[in-house]
Amino acid sequence: MRIQVETTLNGEPTTFLCEAHHSLLDVLRNGLGLTGTKEGCSTGDCGACSVLMDGRLVPACLVLAPEAQDRTVITIEGIATSEALHPLQQKFLEHAALQCGVCTPGFIVAAKALLDANPNPSETETRYWLAGNLCRCTGYDKIVRAVLDAAAEMSSGKAAAR
Amino acid sequence: MSARTYRYIGTRPIRHDGLDKVTGRANYGADFTLPGLLQGVVVRSPHAHARIVSIETQAAEAVPGVKAVITGKDIPETSARLALGAEGAFDLHDIGDNLMAHGKALYEGHAVAAVAATSIDAAREAAKLVRVVYEPLEPVMSIERAIAPDAPILHADMVTKGRPLPGTTGPTNIAGRMELKRGDVDQAFAGADVVVEREFRTSTVHQGYIEPHACVARSGEDGQILVWCSTQGGFIARDFCALILGIDAARIKVIPSEIGGGFGGKIPVYLEPVAIVLSHKAGRPVKMVMSRSEVFRASGPTSGTRIRMKLGAKRDGTIVAAQASLWYEAGAYRGSPSGAGAMCCLASYAIPNFFVEAHDVVVNKPKVAAYRAPGSPMATFATESLVDEVARAIGMDPIELRLKNAVAEGDHAPYGPVYGPIGLKQVLEAARAHPHWSAPLGPSQGRGVACGFWFNAGLSSSATVTLNGDGSAGVVTGNPDIGGTRVAQAMMVAEELGIPVERVRPSVADTDTAGYTDLTGGSRVCYATGMAVIRAAQDIAEQLRSRAATIWNVDRDRVAWEPGRPGRVIALDESPDGSVRPPLTIVELASKMAQTGGPIVGRAAVNAPMAGPGFAAHICDLDVDKETGRSTVARYTAIQDVGKAVHPSFVEGQMQGGAAQGIGWALNEEYIYDADGVMENAGFLDYRMPVASDLPMIDTVLVEVANPLHPYGVRGVGEVPIVPPLAAVANAMRDATGVRFTELPLSPSRVLEGLGTIAKG
Repeated sequence: MRIQVETTLNGEPTTFLCEAHHSLLDVLRNGLGLTGTKEGCSTGDCGACSVLMDGRLVPACLVLAPEAQDRTVITIEGIATSEALHPLQQKFLEHAALQCGVCTPGFIVAAKALLDANPNPSETETRYWLAGNLCRCTGYDKIVRAVLDAAAEMSSGKAAAR
Repeated sequence: MSARTYRYIGTRPIRHDGLDKVTGRANYGADFTLPGLLQGVVVRSPHAHARIVSIETQAAEAVPGVKAVITGKDIPETSARLALGAEGAFDLHDIGDNLMAHGKALYEGHAVAAVAATSIDAAREAAKLVRVVYEPLEPVMSIERAIAPDAPILHADMVTKGRPLPGTTGPTNIAGRMELKRGDVDQAFAGADVVVEREFRTSTVHQGYIEPHACVARSGEDGQILVWCSTQGGFIARDFCALILGIDAARIKVIPSEIGGGFGGKIPVYLEPVAIVLSHKAGRPVKMVMSRSEVFRASGPTSGTRIRMKLGAKRDGTIVAAQASLWYEAGAYRGSPSGAGAMCCLASYAIPNFFVEAHDVVVNKPKVAAYRAPGSPMATFATESLVDEVARAIGMDPIELRLKNAVAEGDHAPYGPVYGPIGLKQVLEAARAHPHWSAPLGPSQGRGVACGFWFNAGLSSSATVTLNGDGSAGVVTGNPDIGGTRVAQAMMVAEELGIPVERVRPSVADTDTAGYTDLTGGSRVCYATGMAVIRAAQDIAEQLRSRAATIWNVDRDRVAWEPGRPGRVIALDESPDGSVRPPLTIVELASKMAQTGGPIVGRAAVNAPMAGPGFAAHICDLDVDKETGRSTVARYTAIQDVGKAVHPSFVEGQMQGGAAQGIGWALNEEYIYDADGVMENAGFLDYRMPVASDLPMIDTVLVEVANPLHPYGVRGVGEVPIVPPLAAVANAMRDATGVRFTELPLSPSRVLEGLGTIAKG
């Protein structure tokens, strides 16, 4: 039996139908066409499908789609505004913090969750927070630098605004 | 070459495809769809070695929504071979049998049937109902077992290629054997002051790309086939499909998607021909996506190895002799990179006497695929561990010892040719001068250094550059971009034509659109395809000279191209009235294209038979917890001769990423099998690749010794950096613990065994 789910997806009220056993990742990618959220393992180990649900970082492969009922879900497609990239996205570009790029959406979503909770993380805090996201191309060096640089820029931007 | 100053080469512009990748818009293998799409699922053998007695598909076909079921009978058994320049030839029979077993399942996960259905749920349900009757056979899971006199034989018709071991008759699991030799080894060892000898082992490891294999195939009623897939080469994927299925290459269009990592593992085809056959049978497009478990069980990996090696040296540090016996697992079909291992393992040192034999051995594991500098890391692990032993035995600094023996221009490589300009000595000098080498160590830390070599490849490439009316340009090539090659190609066009990088749009095209181009591999794209791009841009400059000659009504050879910003043509003579002709810029000439002869398209095709060899040295500090056996990389520096760094950020990225993969190989990664040959850790939780908290920042030093084969001096950079880490880590472990570990990975339990804390398990 199909279940109707009402959720808020990237700021928009969204209704979808799914089977009880479908994951949020299945619905995002195949039902709603939001393929920015990637599938790397479907066991919650690689972080490529990282999304924010009510602000909390979760792997969409381990969330059942019906659990999105009455929640707010942010995917990589909801990180930039229509005017500008999120500072994390910009810093990933400037630092060449991606090679193949398939892990990048998950890293950016995970890093946003980090900076939302901790605007000035240390390198160690950043590395442990991002330990749930696998990257096989970069050795993480430039990813960590991009996140720390984005944090610094966002903090100084806020300081300037005050 | 050295005098040339660059405007764009060596800068760090933002990659053109970056925006799509940070916003989630970039489309990878699994992100494509077509109307009427079916979902395909593969049925895989649960046995590592079994004869297939029968396959019953009626129950699967009866599942509502199922549109096609195929077995090995639907994949033709071909005897075709596909030659690929220096990378060797692919045996299409084996690739076809690996796609779907015909008589025997040769590893756990070997495909035996496939199903296409209107939903993934229906396809999975049907796959469970394909009834396969197996006659299980004893699995051959190690080199020792494979070469034992009473070993089960995987392939009844297998004979040893190359130089068989004396006395070998009848079927064997030794698929190949080769030898390399120079001088008189026995005499040299007899004259050596120090001889060190050990046996080394490395485990089966996977490339570990984050994107699983994925494709969509549509076989049309007119016989035309469309394949969208994640591959390291549109053309090689096309040619594999064409040759295996007996179809004209012109009937197949491969659109290479964005590729989520490959490292060699996305050179072979695993799904594409299967999806084509399913689509043909069902009359609808079919999508196939591997699970992570399938990626581990049925794609990649690279060889587990057993290597015995011996080095002899004089007291002054001169290495006088080397002897090695390399045994590499090929997986279920011949083709391990043991030969490359033999050619690479002594390539860093000028050793007058050596004998190396390399064996290619089939076992009941997945057929190995290329993995970044295939074959070199394992054999180099042995060499560089022993070089460390020699340094300790004679009390010499390990970098000094390496410098004393390092190859330089004019030396013969152990595999034959004479080296041109190479940078190993400069790399080692940079390592010695780096602050890391002289920094103090913590009490539980040790430091190791190791070198590495990879040939790099050239091969065939095409490029097209189109000049637009506004003076911007597009560049089209056929190489899937795995790590920033598009921006590098745009930089080359910008450099040659003197237009900003942002005004050059680089594209990766499908096989109907791009000129033939070999795969993205062998660290060849920036070098060989880059050479085609440079020549295509130069072709534009030549055409601009002709256009200016037309405008000025002078001979073409009285017009010169002047690189600059923007590039422009200048008249070498004054005009008839004696006035100086003002130069015409590329922008002005572009705007006059239609009046001066029409579109301006630059084209080039190159065949680069050779490349510039790559050398690296890595320094690793390892922090070892002797209570738990856990070791952590505390500091890491990678130094490499990169020829000329086109985009230094992406060159550094290759070095950092290769180092991280090598560290994973050294410390954690391994295929674990049960007694029946079933893989026990086919997931990212248990196959433990490095995560961000496992690693420090990875410092890089780019040494630039120009490669004379390339107009900018570029040499391949992507593969070398995975070669040194195995021994750099193990040498650091030796330094930290006093124990020489010869078996990888250096997992906590193995470290505790080595330290005598726990008994060997």
